[in-house]
Amino acid sequence: MTKSTETRVPVNEITVAKRTDASIAVVGNPNSGKSTLFNRLTGLKQRIGNYPGVTVERHIGTLKTETATLELIDLPGTHSLSAHSLEEHIAVDVIFGRMEGTRAPDGILAVLDATNLYQGLFLVQQLVELELPMIVALTMTDAAEKSGIQIDTAELSALLGVPVYPIVATTGAGLNLLRSALADIKQVTPPRRIRVWPALSEAASQLAENASEPLRFAELERLLIDGATDSNQVIVGKLSDAARSKLAGVRSELFESEPPIARDARIRYAWVRGVLDKVQKSAPAYVSWRSRITDFVNRPVPGTIGLFLVMAIVFQAVFAWATPMMDAIDAGSSALGAAVFERLGDTAFSSLIADGVIAGVGSVVIFLPQIMILFLFIILLEDSGYLARAAYLMDRTMRSVGLSGQSIIPMISSFACAVPGIMATRVIPNRRDRIATIMAAPFMTCSARLPIYALLIAAFVPATNVGILNLQGLVLFGLYLFGIVMGILTALLMRKTTLRGPKPPFALMLPEFRSPNLQTVGIQLLGRAKVFLKRAGTVIFAVAVIIWALAYFPRSDEIPAGLDANSAAAVQMEQSWLGRAGKVIEPVFEPLGWDWRVSSAVIAGFPAREVVIAVLGTVYAVGDDADEGTLSTRLKSATRPDGSKVFTLPMVIGLLIFYACCLQCVATLAIIRRETNTWRWPIFAWTYMTVIGYVGALLAFQLGSA
Amino acid sequence: MATNGSTLATLKRGQKGIIRAVNAADPQVQRLMVLGLVEGTEVEHASSAIGGDPMEFRLFGCGISLRQEHARHFHVAPVAAGD
Repeated sequence: MTKSTETRVPVNEITVAKRTDASIAVVGNPNSGKSTLFNRLTGLKQRIGNYPGVTVERHIGTLKTETATLELIDLPGTHSLSAHSLEEHIAVDVIFGRMEGTRAPDGILAVLDATNLYQGLFLVQQLVELELPMIVALTMTDAAEKSGIQIDTAELSALLGVPVYPIVATTGAGLNLLRSALADIKQVTPPRRIRVWPALSEAASQLAENASEPLRFAELERLLIDGATDSNQVIVGKLSDAARSKLAGVRSELFESEPPIARDARIRYAWVRGVLDKVQKSAPAYVSWRSRITDFVNRPVPGTIGLFLVMAIVFQAVFAWATPMMDAIDAGSSALGAAVFERLGDTAFSSLIADGVIAGVGSVVIFLPQIMILFLFIILLEDSGYLARAAYLMDRTMRSVGLSGQSIIPMISSFACAVPGIMATRVIPNRRDRIATIMAAPFMTCSARLPIYALLIAAFVPATNVGILNLQGLVLFGLYLFGIVMGILTALLMRKTTLRGPKPPFALMLPEFRSPNLQTVGIQLLGRAKVFLKRAGTVIFAVAVIIWALAYFPRSDEIPAGLDANSAAAVQMEQSWLGRAGKVIEPVFEPLGWDWRVSSAVIAGFPAREVVIAVLGTVYAVGDDADEGTLSTRLKSATRPDGSKVFTLPMVIGLLIFYACCLQCVATLAIIRRETNTWRWPIFAWTYMTVIGYVGALLAFQLGSA
Repeated sequence: MATNGSTLATLKRGQKGIIRAVNAADPQVQRLMVLGLVEGTEVEHASSAIGGDPMEFRLFGCGISLRQEHARHFHVAPVAAGD
């Protein structure tokens, strides 16, 4: 065989080498091992983006073989070519070449799970009708073998009219053959249509004769089954007027009174059962450790207890394992900042670098350990098949608050940090559910709220015992509970108002347990980290620099000589834009019992709530590294000009409520923007939570002081 | 179509049945049919969550969980044990 490269002109070599020889859509059921195979084939040569206008991620990877450079598009998992969810819609649009900004595929790599041929063949049969060059990768052949399933690959290939390559994506067996087959995909003869449903094919042929330009058979069949839906308008537009007027009649003749999707599913699955009889020797059985685990988690009570145990471990890990790393990042950025001052002296520039840039970058990077740890667990749980089971077990409980089982992991994760929690909502397929969960998540008491709670509780709640319980601990517990209740009420409220809609179809695939592939886990984890640093990082960083400038300028020249550094910093803070803003805004917060100092600390805390402690430290002239003891003493003795105490109990309770509610976290806002793809939701969440926090603090102070 | 009023929702844990008829008017039920819950397919009730809802069914080696309200729309002919 002559390689095509030999005939190329040298001048063009560079462009030729960069050219993509073929674009291949990777299509398969959810959990079919599609992403594992995609990662195996493309490794780190992947680009993650978004499809235009939606939040579904687009994964495109490059596969270089000896003879070709291929572009692989990892499509969202789908069960059928009739699109029910957003993900499926996108998959179908890309396959039909209707997706803006995405090349129409030259060929299809269909991923067929050997342990689930039943659902897999339902999709593959529809793909065959696309009349595109196609290759089937039969994955999980090792697991199938262990379960006692024997598949006659040759017979399967003959029945489908498509080459079938058995592979084990986890070990890489069979991948080389698949790679070289993919390189020559354009030479693969498109399969002949399988006559699964002659009446449908007949009707589609009739329409094809009446089209103004050649239409794909599969598209016409979809039009007949799904009707003139939005995404089918393109096809309707290509039909002649005569065909268009006949469409309704043809459909009613074809389906009579039955829902088209139902009849289509019944006929195609009947065909699938026929194929299974011929190619699959024994029915799949659950075996070995998998069956034991499955049996255990299938019993309702042990299963639910197990779920809580798993969640407790995840929560603990995110909380505890991340802390040393976060402390190290914190210490590292402080040391770096100090070094900058040492080298460059105390100038505006060095302050910008140290307090603005380094602290700003630090405030972004500090989230990374929690995100990485949480996502490590989520990816492990998802890839092992446990996440679906957790959603299944919790569905009833979560349904009572208007959500579904899939919301449980994001909600629990948000106790550590709402940022990874909100990123984790992508496991929720229903958009309304997903947004309601995103709105509820920031109410969960995150780890950044904890230092503020700890400071205020230690300073103002007496350490007495209530029965066997410590009052301080009780207050802390109450604040956690308060967050949960607020979150649930919010979700409930949203599902009843703006997000009202039909109950989401709850049909969850419960895959058999399997051990996750480490390479896939690693690639996914890196992808998540990159997405976070790129999208959220830019916003957080910009805001950190702005807050720095507000606290640094204008410089005060009235600092009396002989003042110690801490007091000088306090004077500067009072003079800065931030301090002035605190004074300007004081009347707004006056009804809450706050003075200008608390007000400026709260303003400074809007980008990142944990900053409030450092700012309080500065305005109360104890230095921003002050330990809790010094600061709480200072807070306790803080007075207004008239001598009355600032931090009264009602005011402190109000402040705690304010912090429990308020969305003081730019990272969360940035991630809500990213995950909902609109500014509407972050703006709404911020306003809603701020208003609730304000009203709560107002009520606490006014009622408490009355 | 001798289903004796049995539906997926009335199958006991571990019991198998063959789907004989589906009330497919509800789009959510149609969605379940796309997942393979169609007439002629044998299904086993594998487990249920606390309170018996949702339920897990297995067909040809894949597990699908559905809520009782949807399971009721699938009429089944129970398969006697030992078949």
